[in-house]
Amino acid sequence: MGLNEQIQEVSREVGERGFLLTSVDTLANWARTSSMWPMTFGLACCAVEMMNAGASRYDLDRFGIVFRGSPRQSDVIIVAGTLTNKMAPALRKLYDQMPEPRWVVSMGSCANGGGYYHYGYSTVRGCDRIVPVDVYIPGCPPTAEAFLYGILQLHKKIHRTHTFASGWGENGIRRSAKLTG
Amino acid sequence: MTPEKLDTLATRIAQRLPEFTTERLTDALILHVPADRLLATMTILRDDPELDFTQMIDLAGVHYPERNPPFDVVYQLLSVHKNHRLRVKTGLGEGEAIPSVTGIWSCADWYERETYDLMGILFSGHPDLRRILNDYDFDGHPLRKDFPVVGRYEMRYDEAVGRLVREPVALEIADREPYRRAL
Repeated sequence: MGLNEQIQEVSREVGERGFLLTSVDTLANWARTSSMWPMTFGLACCAVEMMNAGASRYDLDRFGIVFRGSPRQSDVIIVAGTLTNKMAPALRKLYDQMPEPRWVVSMGSCANGGGYYHYGYSTVRGCDRIVPVDVYIPGCPPTAEAFLYGILQLHKKIHRTHTFASGWGENGIRRSAKLTG
Repeated sequence: MTPEKLDTLATRIAQRLPEFTTERLTDALILHVPADRLLATMTILRDDPELDFTQMIDLAGVHYPERNPPFDVVYQLLSVHKNHRLRVKTGLGEGEAIPSVTGIWSCADWYERETYDLMGILFSGHPDLRRILNDYDFDGHPLRKDFPVVGRYEMRYDEAVGRLVREPVALEIADREPYRRAL
C-alpha cells in the first residue's frame, strides 16, 4: 500500500466521523483567498468600475473582499487608474506599509502601461515600474466582470503557492504538494 | 451675447476706458489692457455700476512662441446682474511679472497658481504662488510649446537603492510625436 492510498484510507476514516483531512497549504490558501481585503486605491475612472463591482449587482463581499482604508489591514492593493509621477511615491509608501503576504492588481490600461497617457509628461508608464504586479486586468476601463475575472485569476495564483510545504524531498526529487487520488 | 448687448457694453467701455483697444467678435468683446494698467482697469470693471463685473469666471495663459510678447493672460469676466461678459487680454514677455488680481477677485488664487505651474507666468503680489498640479520639484512648465510632450523625467522604483528614483525619459518605442514641429 503506497503513501497516497494510506492517506486516502485515513481520509475516508476521519471523513465518516465529520473531520476533514487536508494540507496546511490548502487551508492557508483557502483562508487567504476567502478574505482578501484590498487597500482602497482608486485613482481615476477605473475606480468607478471597481465600486461597481463592489456594489450589489456583482457584490465583492461574496468573495470576502472588503475595502479597507489602511494599508496595515490590507492583503491586496488594486491600482485602479492613471498613476502619475506625483502619486508614485505615495503608492510605493502604501505598498511598503502592507503586511506580507501581499498582492498587487493592476487595473486598466493606464495602470498596466500608461494607456492613453503613455506619451504624457506626468504619467508613470505602467505601475509595475513602482510595485511588483501579480495580475494585470486589461480594459479602459475593465468591466466589473473583467475585474472579477482578474480577482479570480489572483485566487488561482494564490492557490498555486506553497508556504509550508517546500515541495522538495530530502532526496531532491520534487513531490507534488497536492494529494491526488 | 446678443449684438444689442454687445453694443451697450462696448459703448460703456468706450466711455469709461477710452485709452484701451477693444476687439469685437460675433458674440464676444475683447479688451486689451497692458500689464501695468491691469489692476486699476480691473477695479473699474468690477466697481462701475454699468459694467458690474463682480465675477471672474476663468483665467488662463496662452503661449505664442513666435510672437513678441510671447505670452497672453486671458481673463473671462461675468456680470450676473447685467447678464453680460467680457474677455480681457494682457500681453506679457518672458520672465515678466503680471500683477495678481487676487485682491479684486479672491477666486483668482488657484487659477494664477495653475497658470504659473503650467506656463511659468509670474504673478506679483500673489499670496502663495506655488505649483498646484505638478509636483513641487517638477522641472519646467509643461504647457509651453517648447516643452517635450513626453516630459523630461520619469519615475522608477530602484530595488538596489530601495526608493523611487527620477531618471531622464527613455522610451522603449522612440519618439512617436508626428505633430511635433521643429522648434
